[in-house]
Amino acid sequence: MRYVDEYRDADRVRRLADAVLAEATRPVTLMEVCGGQTHTILASGIQQLLTERVELLHGPGCPICVTPLETLDLALALTELPDVTVCSFGDMLRVPGSHGDLSAARARGGDVRVVYAPLDAARLAACEPDRRVVFLAVGFETTVPAVAAAARWARDRGLCNFFLLVSHVRVPPALELIASDPERRIQAFLAAGHVCTVMGTAEYQPIAATHDMPIVVTGFEPVDILQGVLMAVRQIERGEAQVSIQYRRAVRDEGNPAARALIDEVFEATDRPWRGIGIIQQGGLGLRQEYASLDAQQLIPTDALPQPEEPERCRASEVLQGRMRPPECPEFGRGCRPEQPLGAPMVSSEGACAAYFAYRIGDVEDEIASQDPAREAQA
Amino acid sequence: MCLAVPGQVSEIDSREGLAEAVVDFGGVRKRVCLEGLPEARVGDWVLVHAGFALQQLDEAAAEELLGWLSDPEQPAP
Amino acid sequence: MSAADEADAQALLAGSCPAPAEGDRVTLAHGAGAGASARLFDELLAPRLGGGPLDERHDSALLDAPEAGARLAFTTDSFVVSPLEFPGGDIGSLAVHGTLNDLAMSGARPRALSCGLILEEGLPLTTLARIAESMGAAARTAGVPIATGDTKVVERGKGDGIFVNTSGVGVVSPGRELHPKLVVPGDVLILTGSLGCHGAAVLCAREGLSFDADIMSDSEPLPDLVENLLEAVPEVHCLRDPTRGGLGALVHEIAAAAGVELRLEEAALPVDAPVASLCEILGLDPLFLACEGRFAAFVPEAHAGTALAALRSHPLGRAARCVGRVEPSTRGRTRVVVETRIGATRLLPLPAGEPLPRIC
Repeated sequence: MRYVDEYRDADRVRRLADAVLAEATRPVTLMEVCGGQTHTILASGIQQLLTERVELLHGPGCPICVTPLETLDLALALTELPDVTVCSFGDMLRVPGSHGDLSAARARGGDVRVVYAPLDAARLAACEPDRRVVFLAVGFETTVPAVAAAARWARDRGLCNFFLLVSHVRVPPALELIASDPERRIQAFLAAGHVCTVMGTAEYQPIAATHDMPIVVTGFEPVDILQGVLMAVRQIERGEAQVSIQYRRAVRDEGNPAARALIDEVFEATDRPWRGIGIIQQGGLGLRQEYASLDAQQLIPTDALPQPEEPERCRASEVLQGRMRPPECPEFGRGCRPEQPLGAPMVSSEGACAAYFAYRIGDVEDEIASQDPAREAQA
Repeated sequence: MCLAVPGQVSEIDSREGLAEAVVDFGGVRKRVCLEGLPEARVGDWVLVHAGFALQQLDEAAAEELLGWLSDPEQPAP
Repeated sequence: MSAADEADAQALLAGSCPAPAEGDRVTLAHGAGAGASARLFDELLAPRLGGGPLDERHDSALLDAPEAGARLAFTTDSFVVSPLEFPGGDIGSLAVHGTLNDLAMSGARPRALSCGLILEEGLPLTTLARIAESMGAAARTAGVPIATGDTKVVERGKGDGIFVNTSGVGVVSPGRELHPKLVVPGDVLILTGSLGCHGAAVLCAREGLSFDADIMSDSEPLPDLVENLLEAVPEVHCLRDPTRGGLGALVHEIAAAAGVELRLEEAALPVDAPVASLCEILGLDPLFLACEGRFAAFVPEAHAGTALAALRSHPLGRAARCVGRVEPSTRGRTRVVVETRIGATRLLPLPAGEPLPRIC
């Protein structure tokens, strides 16, 4: 694919990795913010090329993982209403709520459909006026314009049976939280390229300046990530702390003004709980008053639901904030595995713990295997 | 976190009050919402996420990075 | 049957099967055993599926016994596909290819197939005729008769249009041994063609996703290609076709059965451009998409060149290539390692359940 394959080229990747190792005079620790970047790093083995000189910690950038249990429980409760269709991205179907997941809800007879685009859900509502269609609106700023376009389209057409169960989250408040952590291990952020494609870089300037941290807006292919690492290392070596853009082919300083206007028309910043972290001030987006009639929360009395609790043993908060690498958690691969996750980063394949578990190799693999009685018996 | 894939606008086709385009992703075509890129034209490369075109790709910036990396005489960008 | 005879038979059949009227549908009476039921068989199914022992209308098909020292292979598979028809095939041809290929993977030359149809009340007869036609054509092309069959009708809402079960009998020549347990370190893994075309074609055709893609299912009969290979290289250790779960599931199964480590070379994995694009868009891995016309062969390295030449001389094996190799297990641990494009290594995870399109 054009604009994809060129950025996976082994020679280009190696040149950049060599440059990083040549220019980093001392060990550095960086955090890539986005789950897509985490996935590329672990699936292509970038950490192996960077050796111990550059440690990559994985940030809170999997919106599926940080979607609160309450939202999932609400979605599950909606599937039990007789005339409700719940539409979701495929990512959410196997994420466990307090009692099972959406995939199981479908098996119990709930009408759960996977859609590729939020507009597909709105069109479904237009085609099936006798059903109430709820779209499970999760995702970072990248996904919000698509949802806003669907909301506006539904409102303009006067659709009364289209609803949004909103759990959108904003990246900058989470970075602010991580940057201001007194136990902070990381020296720079690789910021999420596609979020900035929409939002631009303005919101990141105060974080870089206040906390003296370089922020490099980075793409998703191996060449992008290594160039992002190189740009961050250069800033650290020079003692700079700027917002710079690696992902130039997609990111402008101002983002995409038309997409941002769409967001602003439908949504406004609000406090929001992040699974594994807790409430982040202004860490989410909620429907504006003008669009309140689309809110799916009105379909079900929320106080009827039990207040879910995360298991105490889960150290997700430390992993998501870069204080701990997944394999350093005492429960990793033991009490917490993808088929039985304790917490947020193990629930979706894009979560840092789940990705580590899937692609583990070397010491981490030996460690997990020694804890697994079935596999050891086989050996 | 957010999968977005580059494709080329092959047709602008707005209906029902919605700006839409058919985008070709190397042999796979899909109708895509163009509300975020009202100025996009046939032939433009755009980045698509969840059926929504996020941004036009800057071909010059893309070539610049790859050009640097292809020339062994140049220092890494 | 000679090629000329076969062409005659096909021409005869094509002339003798009038298409059902538009709007006619399967009813419960079609399953009642007399009247409508007999007409469905005589007028719609038999002309399209028959041409061999099926036309005898016995309670059982009678087949010749194999030569001394040969063994019988016997397999069954059921097919549920949504949608019933997709670019490059349909549930009928798929049901024939699937069972022929299962026989071929054990080194058998297929002799006969059975066909069990479960039809849902309300299915248009024109759809049934198209699928039966395609099923008969697939069997005739492979030169294997559908020798016996059965049809049942279920009430509307209790089926998904058509379910098909096919069983197959084949004969394995004396001395031929193929088994996952025979895979040993030093074998190479040869794949006969590109990954994921069938899975991707079905996904695109599914309602709700509405992608328009230049992707055709790879559904094809593999017995001829297998014979080409096994005649050239009798030393082949194991054959397996990457159907549900794709090559990813296949390599995990073989590694576990043989007690070895399998190493896949990411850069060597063949994926057609539109399949690769679809996978990028939906966040899927072509390693885990189904193929219905490819197979993996585990071959001692010394014979790899001969095996590749034999495969490439057949139209279905033109793109055959080496994609991996077998190594001893590390401390008794069987696993699959991917050597990534950029020269690092990682484990190949085995995902839970069907691949779901995702945005993250």
